[in-house]
Amino acid sequence: MPVVLENLGKRFGDGAPVLDDVNATIGAGEFVALLGASGCGKSTLLNIMAGLEVPTSGALEVPSDGAAFMFQDAALFPWLTARENIELALKLRGVGKAERRIKADELLDLVHLGEAGDKRPHELSGGMRQRVALARALSQDRQLLLMDEPFAALDAITRDLLHDELERIWKETGRTIVFVTHNVREAVRLGQRVLLLSSRPGRVVQEWAVSEEHRTDAGLAGQLTGVITARLREEIRRHAK
Amino acid sequence: MPNNTTPLAESDPVVETEPETRKIHAALTRTSTGNEDLRELEAGLDSLQSDAARKHRIDWSRLLLPVAALVVLILVWQFYVSLGLKRRDQVPGPLDVLGQIGVLWGDGKLQEAVWTSLERGIVGFLISVAIATPVGLLLAQVAPLRRAFGPLISGLQVLPSVAWVPAAIIWFGLTDATVYFVVFMGAIPSIINGLISGVDQIPPQYRRVGTVLGANRFQMALQIVLPAALPGYLGGLKQGWAFSWRSLMAAEIIAVGGTIGFGLGSMLNQGRDLSDMTIVMSAILLILAVGILIELLVFAPIEKRLLRSRGLLAGSTR
Repeated sequence: MPVVLENLGKRFGDGAPVLDDVNATIGAGEFVALLGASGCGKSTLLNIMAGLEVPTSGALEVPSDGAAFMFQDAALFPWLTARENIELALKLRGVGKAERRIKADELLDLVHLGEAGDKRPHELSGGMRQRVALARALSQDRQLLLMDEPFAALDAITRDLLHDELERIWKETGRTIVFVTHNVREAVRLGQRVLLLSSRPGRVVQEWAVSEEHRTDAGLAGQLTGVITARLREEIRRHAK
Repeated sequence: MPNNTTPLAESDPVVETEPETRKIHAALTRTSTGNEDLRELEAGLDSLQSDAARKHRIDWSRLLLPVAALVVLILVWQFYVSLGLKRRDQVPGPLDVLGQIGVLWGDGKLQEAVWTSLERGIVGFLISVAIATPVGLLLAQVAPLRRAFGPLISGLQVLPSVAWVPAAIIWFGLTDATVYFVVFMGAIPSIINGLISGVDQIPPQYRRVGTVLGANRFQMALQIVLPAALPGYLGGLKQGWAFSWRSLMAAEIIAVGGTIGFGLGSMLNQGRDLSDMTIVMSAILLILAVGILIELLVFAPIEKRLLRSRGLLAGSTR
């Protein structure tokens, strides 16, 4: 199992715990959607898996080479072109100069941006930037890819396309993906499993499996979306008092 | 697997019993039919969402407006002089000063003064950059160092570098070393401060990306922090150059003689000694002109390129 979380807890300073007793296992090559309302510690959990933050209790097991990470904003470096952004990631990984160029072009082609390699981030649309960011994350060549609401800021048309795109790339590259979102439909669209995280403190309260039929049958997907939404609302209502 | 796992929704008995969960919501499904279809859709969307490249035209107002402003100022000056409120040797007119500049050019003194000052200014500035850049980067990246020396560096920036002239004359005598020392004390703190404030303004996300991409401390400083801080650093360089040039003039006015050559500051001082206002005005105008030319020919193009490549130029009034 590439990722095992055991009784994981996190609190900042003396405040209330953000995460409490989180348990989950994620298998190699699995696509897991981590779903929760705002303030449930989804991003904190992802940061812990990425090694950007340290848990205050519990244990976790992640691949020893770390994880690739994709943020909500593309966070491309504005002084570099799309290709150079990817090449920098390869350089920091220790890839040689000649190979960098070839690899970067391959990755740009993988996200269907073969023509846009010489453009600067500000010349790209939001969706194109996110695809460059995806290529950069893939260039790290790590088995585990963590995604923190990467499509949340995009328009609906672009987002629908990027769902297809991400699914295709996941199948082509065989990565293990943990995808954080607050959008139930997105979670059902992408995840093989949907984990629902409760809020304050964050804890995995329920999980659902999503089958291949859900990808094409809107009725089936809609039903599951309904079930998960109801459970999520129940979780949110708990905080009304 | 934890025991709270629920099987697939279609076979879930809970769905049948709880009325609310039986509602079917709008859902997302696969929308494209394959890789080729996806590639085509994305290409279409990309071209819709990208701006067509705009052509750069020469904007004549950029050239004509400053020239017009200069002409207006000279006319106002001439008008004031022609009112005859002050003695002509105290307030010379534009033509008198132009004549004096012609004379100084003929003597070769003008060329000598401009060249001497410019050479010192540029050499002093470049050495300052070479010293201030690593120091500034080190201070910006290492918190204890910054806390220790930050206030001192900010303080040095406030201290007029002319204050170092007496000390420099005592230490180095009337040599070029005195002039350079004063230039360093003016330029180095302001370049360091510019670099530090540039680093402070880097979006925190860039550092996180650097960490995630596996940059070590050294790579983080050179590959991410320095380029990200470049706009602020350039601001610091501009200010550093201004401080070099000002300090240099101050040093040249005060420290005259010895092996210190004849610069623009020396020319200014000579004008005062001779009570020749046309020489004083010529020197002031030359000092100003050099400052403007360096800004226009060196810093403005670099800054423009830097901002344009990062998409920061749109909507500015420059």
